[in-house]
Amino acid sequence: MDFNDTPEEAAFRKEVRAWLEQNTEPKNPDEATDESSDSVTEDDVKVAKAWQKKKADAGWACMRWPKEFGGRGATSIQQVIWNQEEGKRKTPSDIFGITHGMCGPTVMTHGTDEQRKQWIPGMLTGENVWCQLFSEPAAGSDLAGLRMTAVRDGDDWVVNGQKIWTTGAQIADWGILVVRSDPNVPKHKGLTYFVINMHAPGVEVRPIHQINGGRAFNEVFFTDVRIPDAHRLDDVGNGWRVALTTLMNERASIGGGGGGAAMKDLIELAKRIEIDGRRAIDDSAVKERLADFMVRARGLRYTGLRSLTALSHGKTPGPEASMGKLVGAVLGQDMAEFGVELQGMAGGAYDPTSSEDGGAWQARFLGFPGLRIAGGTDEVLRNIIAERVLGLPPEIRVDKTVPFKDIPTGA
Amino acid sequence: MNFDFTDDQKMLKETAASFLHEHAPLAHCRAILESDESYSARLWKQIAELGWQATAIPEEYGAAGFGRLELAMLAEEVGRALAPIPFVSSVYLATEALLLAGSDAQKKRWLPKLASGDAIGAFALAERPGQNGYTGVTAALDGGSLSGVKVPVVDGDIADFVVVAAVAGDGPTLALVELPSPGATVTRLESFDPSRSMARIEFSGVPAEPLGAVGQGRALAGRLLDRAAVLLAFEQVGAATRALEITKQYTLERFAFGRPIGSFQAVKHCLADRWCDIEIGRSNCYYGAWALEHDAPELGAAACLSRIGASEALDRMATDMIQLHGGVGFTWEFDCHLFYRRAKLLSTMLGTTASWKHKLVERVSAVEEAA
Repeated sequence: MDFNDTPEEAAFRKEVRAWLEQNTEPKNPDEATDESSDSVTEDDVKVAKAWQKKKADAGWACMRWPKEFGGRGATSIQQVIWNQEEGKRKTPSDIFGITHGMCGPTVMTHGTDEQRKQWIPGMLTGENVWCQLFSEPAAGSDLAGLRMTAVRDGDDWVVNGQKIWTTGAQIADWGILVVRSDPNVPKHKGLTYFVINMHAPGVEVRPIHQINGGRAFNEVFFTDVRIPDAHRLDDVGNGWRVALTTLMNERASIGGGGGGAAMKDLIELAKRIEIDGRRAIDDSAVKERLADFMVRARGLRYTGLRSLTALSHGKTPGPEASMGKLVGAVLGQDMAEFGVELQGMAGGAYDPTSSEDGGAWQARFLGFPGLRIAGGTDEVLRNIIAERVLGLPPEIRVDKTVPFKDIPTGA
Repeated sequence: MNFDFTDDQKMLKETAASFLHEHAPLAHCRAILESDESYSARLWKQIAELGWQATAIPEEYGAAGFGRLELAMLAEEVGRALAPIPFVSSVYLATEALLLAGSDAQKKRWLPKLASGDAIGAFALAERPGQNGYTGVTAALDGGSLSGVKVPVVDGDIADFVVVAAVAGDGPTLALVELPSPGATVTRLESFDPSRSMARIEFSGVPAEPLGAVGQGRALAGRLLDRAAVLLAFEQVGAATRALEITKQYTLERFAFGRPIGSFQAVKHCLADRWCDIEIGRSNCYYGAWALEHDAPELGAAACLSRIGASEALDRMATDMIQLHGGVGFTWEFDCHLFYRRAKLLSTMLGTTASWKHKLVERVSAVEEAA
């Protein structure tokens, strides 16, 4: 039992480091990372696209993709090593997470040769940014209940309706879209999956104003937007199956939140703050809370190392990998709340001039509710663990076999 | 990255699991709990033949010479089985105490017997309610003679020797006392978990020799508790995993409102949370095992992380095990109470979870201040 690279991993890490050292500056460890990920500017997009192009030219982009699609057929552990090393360097904000994490694998799995040729290279070189158009106002956790419509018209489809919670829609060139093509069959059977040009007439993007003031997500409205049938992925009515491919890749790419750096900051805060004339960290109740956070944060970290070990040995990580987002998001919110509490009567101030850590705890407190919902709510994740890991039965369903148009709604 | 047990170590665990499955079903734990026996002498002898007690004892003392990682694998299975044997006292505490601080003569005297299972050792720290460490110890070691009262001493009624936390003229000192001894009165106590026994031991001028340096008792006991905490944490994770499996099975078989109760989200979410607790505990235990095997400077913090994660996982799982079984979970005949009792015995016997939380923060912040 050790934490060391295998000789092959060490050699690969050396190669990665050498290239990164030539092409980037080291990151300042004290520099705060912006967790609210406000909307990116046009300049940010330019810089991020240039960085992606540079990586692609040197063969570091989308390393795990097969060589035929421009990747290098790298192993999972090599991708992890790249991510670790890139994380230590100052690099542009990542605007391609969804493009490479979800859209690329879906097009590769379900697209025709022609479709792959059309879209994959632009993803790899950073020419195009993609977004994922899944959730709707009335369909979040119950994604298959979505109501946006697609009607066939000659060689085109005409789509109408609304998507919501679309990250990066304002900067995206293309989107993956799942819509209802047949309301007369049961909900999962009437869906069809498309690639949509986000610059097409009739697409309107409106940013959502979040409770933390950020605008990372959007609503997207579609009015008589035409999509060529050639941009359909997989068969008509097969959209749910394609969407599952995307969602599986989403889970693989959303890591555990919370933890790490914030834990160190919280301990430092507890050393600075005084309660009744002595350091907060010397108070028993404070110690017990901090220890609880530490056990969860470290537990997630070591769970990650167990998964990495599996990857390093060429195996698939065990089911423990599926708790990262659930435990991490709750932990992050608990820690943020305690960071505010520690500040006592000053906790309600949210001002960089007076708040501890420049208001970072208040910012996290306002941001974490979103992480407990995005990419699967706590409740959905608990269902997934209960059903897929523990093998408990699914809920009894009243909507699975009836035609979609007959399913009761609250409206 | 190699943060996992080896295939050989995992195979040892599987072998142990199938042995205990056959020779120590939960009915065996229950049989001891319902009898006057302090422990299962039969099972203790059987595992001695397999060399379990000898796992971490070096070959020069006639033992297996494996390491703590192998012992951790066995601990998890002993925990799964709720084995009614003094494994914690004799293997993680008494054996580790001798390996940590014993003189050559003390090791030669006791380690071969511990290895063969012919001797059982125990660790006597507590003297009064509320105690969670060395603070509060008054047992006095004076010129080779020990006086004081220890209560409770887990497995004290069956021990052939006890390592006693005492205070000498030069400060806290561990003492080694053979039992029976003139002046030592051992009284068996009722145990919260009668599948494990405990005693009150009164020492009135009992012959005793120091274990480790005089004046170093507090530091040695601290290190000993850290080492035992990691190994015991594996037992707790093993027991919690078994409790989860049993409870899950019950929720699949018990129908209410026309469906298995395991299909209700209130039940599913509870079990999903308990599973997360167990995996968090298990991952922290892996870290503890790494630190223990390498005697790493991180062991102080790693022991706390293992101990807290595992204690909380088992305490919560055993509590919800009864809750999810409903009324039958409160009956003597169902096994839920075996887990509930064992969980609390284990989560208090090396100091409460809160006390380990205090230790964790003190240790982590001390390291950061020194850096």
